[in-house]
Amino acid sequence: MSFNIVVLAKQVPDTHNVGKDAMKADGTVNRAALPAIFNPEDLNALEQALRIKDKFPGTTVSLLSMGPVRAAKILREGLYRGADKGYLLSGREFAGSDSLATSYALSCAIKKMGKVDMIICGRQAIDGDTAQTGPQVAEKMGFPQITYTEEILDVTKKAITVKRRVERGVEVLKGKLPIVITVNGTAAPCRPRNAKRLMKYKYAKTATERQTSGTDYIDEDHSYLILNEWGANDIDHDPKWLGLGGSPTKVKSIQSVVFTAKESKKITADDVEIEEMMKELIANHTIG
Amino acid sequence: MNNLIVYLEIEDGIVGDVSLELLTKGRSLADELKCKLEAVAIGYQLDKIGDQVFPYGVDTLYLADDKRLSPYTTLPHTSVLVNLFKETEPQIAFMGATSVGRDLGPRVSSALFSGLTADCTSLEIGSYEDKKAGKTIDNLLYQIRPAFGGNIVATIVNPECRPQMATVREGVMKKEILDPNYKGTVKKLDVSKYVSDEDFVIEVIERHMEKSKLNIKGSPIIVAGGYGMGSAENFKMLYDLANTLGGEVGASRAAVDAGFVEHERQIGQTGVTVRPKLYIACGISGQIQHIAGMQDSSMIIAINNDPNAPINAIADYVITGNVEEVVPKMIKYYKKNSK
Ligand SMILES: Cc1cc2nc3c(=O)[nH]c(=O)nc-3n(C[C@H](O)[C@H](O)[C@H](O)COP(=O)(O)OP(=O)(O)OC[C@H]3O[C@@H](n4cnc5c(N)ncnc54)[C@H](O)[C@@H]3O)c2cc1C
Ligand SMILES: Nc1ncnc2c1ncn2[C@@H]1O[C@H](COP(=O)(O)O)[C@@H](O)[C@H]1O
Repeated sequence: MSFNIVVLAKQVPDTHNVGKDAMKADGTVNRAALPAIFNPEDLNALEQALRIKDKFPGTTVSLLSMGPVRAAKILREGLYRGADKGYLLSGREFAGSDSLATSYALSCAIKKMGKVDMIICGRQAIDGDTAQTGPQVAEKMGFPQITYTEEILDVTKKAITVKRRVERGVEVLKGKLPIVITVNGTAAPCRPRNAKRLMKYKYAKTATERQTSGTDYIDEDHSYLILNEWGANDIDHDPKWLGLGGSPTKVKSIQSVVFTAKESKKITADDVEIEEMMKELIANHTIG
Repeated sequence: MNNLIVYLEIEDGIVGDVSLELLTKGRSLADELKCKLEAVAIGYQLDKIGDQVFPYGVDTLYLADDKRLSPYTTLPHTSVLVNLFKETEPQIAFMGATSVGRDLGPRVSSALFSGLTADCTSLEIGSYEDKKAGKTIDNLLYQIRPAFGGNIVATIVNPECRPQMATVREGVMKKEILDPNYKGTVKKLDVSKYVSDEDFVIEVIERHMEKSKLNIKGSPIIVAGGYGMGSAENFKMLYDLANTLGGEVGASRAAVDAGFVEHERQIGQTGVTVRPKLYIACGISGQIQHIAGMQDSSMIIAINNDPNAPINAIADYVITGNVEEVVPKMIKYYKKNSK
């Protein structure tokens, strides 16, 4: 028994480590100052897929990412860790996509990839924290979904059993394949790079990368070094649902966050000062 | 037609606070838009839901009552909403930014091709100038949310698609009864017309939900500790202070991540939002994501050994010193002066 699994992965700016220089004076984000990383929960998703592959060796794990050509970096990262194939969806047509247009484009690409048993993705991407793409891909594919997955407990050719962690507890759900699974950061971390795979896939490139590096030719023995790169023309789609036009939400304005400073009383740990403060708080009925 | 509707989250027959908060917000926006406030309850044995929600100003309550609709699973609840929204064409739909709302919302928005904005921190009505089309659209919903890890705030609109959908976390909006005697009408939906048998493909095998024991949100006094507390052991003095003053203990994410306290106590953008009478921040630096969840506190005391900690900028009392020294003294002098 084996499965075809698609893992969705996004390259994101590292918003968890935003330094002072990440915000420009006009209040916009200086993307260049933020390193681009593999979205953390997508690594958790990849691990769940690789565990299925460990159990069912004929399984194929394909990584799919939509983004600029530099996002090929996370596809290579995924290959180093155990994925079998990488697909990059890239092009001007996709620019300005909100989560709905993103999921439409991803679903078109998945349909082109052939028969799929499971689509596994991260719960949310840290650049937007929307957690919408997984369920929306599921809806576009007409698949059921299980979100907030912590562990895939069991898979058979027809059914999958999943433990999910939600705000107030834990649920075990059983669903039919094909299905979309979104994975929490509380799930098992992704295995590290494998040294042999790193050597093997170091030069895996997309068509655009090969052109810019002048190594366009690949012989048959090395076809595993091809990262599939698709533009809008390569997928069967309706242009009206792609990119900015296919995005119902529009950003009206953006502001950087500023807090108005208060007039504050400055004191020290000195007994007299602390006692004075406590007396004031009691007197004005803040406490007591 | 074109009303504002709220999806009610129900556990053990009780409507969740997050839904009541959304009804309160929804009521005031509906007044501004001069439309009705509606609510939809999907589940089993929903007879008592009306009593709970009408006081918040609900004009119409839709009930989809069927044994198979509880506990929540994605597809049947999606089908009820999608079909109901096609029928009633609401202009705005809200749900909680909970594990239910964030599972359901995107699915519904995809099926209807309507935009959804997750985790809004503020909702307003305003107009939008579509420069390309050369027109201005009035009475749109401004969906305001933090982005980029909380470093910016974005205002999102859905100019064309309906309903305009948004999710909001618990505690972000205030819950307020409009009128205990307010009466709306109940409309029972014929569930078989809304869901199909194929919707029940996911089976719930096990379910363990805990009632939250904490009520940080409702506490008038919050003593919050950060990474600067150093250890779970040191947090004990915060429980002492909270008990002495009659408050609850909260925490920053760094303190939660370090394992000093449980996640339920986390305050901030990815935790709960609080607005107590008094907020005492102990060993908390005051990063944007933390401040976002407590800036509306009436009075703020910051205890930090760094005189330049960002939290100091929004504090009423800035105590520069070590928590280990300051907190016991606060307890001592409260006890001495409170009688
Ligand atoms: C997307 C995103 C969401 C987030 N959501 C949240 C959220 O919901 N809530 C949240 O809190 N954070 C959140 N964060 C994390 C946030 O950015 C900060 O990392 C976190 O709030 C820092 O916690 P802290 O102030 O306790 O720790 P630190 O920043 O390490 O500060 C510790 C402070 O303690 C002081 N200190 C040290 N020792 C002592 C002592 N003995 N006595 C007195 N003071 C002392 C130090 O001077 C310092 O100011 C989020 C981050 C991201 C990227
Ligand atoms: N551009 C993209 N390419 C591939 N996967 C994506 C993309 N955007 C979102 N995803 C997947 O969807 C998940 C949720 O993303 P989001 O809705 O942006 O929070 C991510 O963790 C990814 O697994």
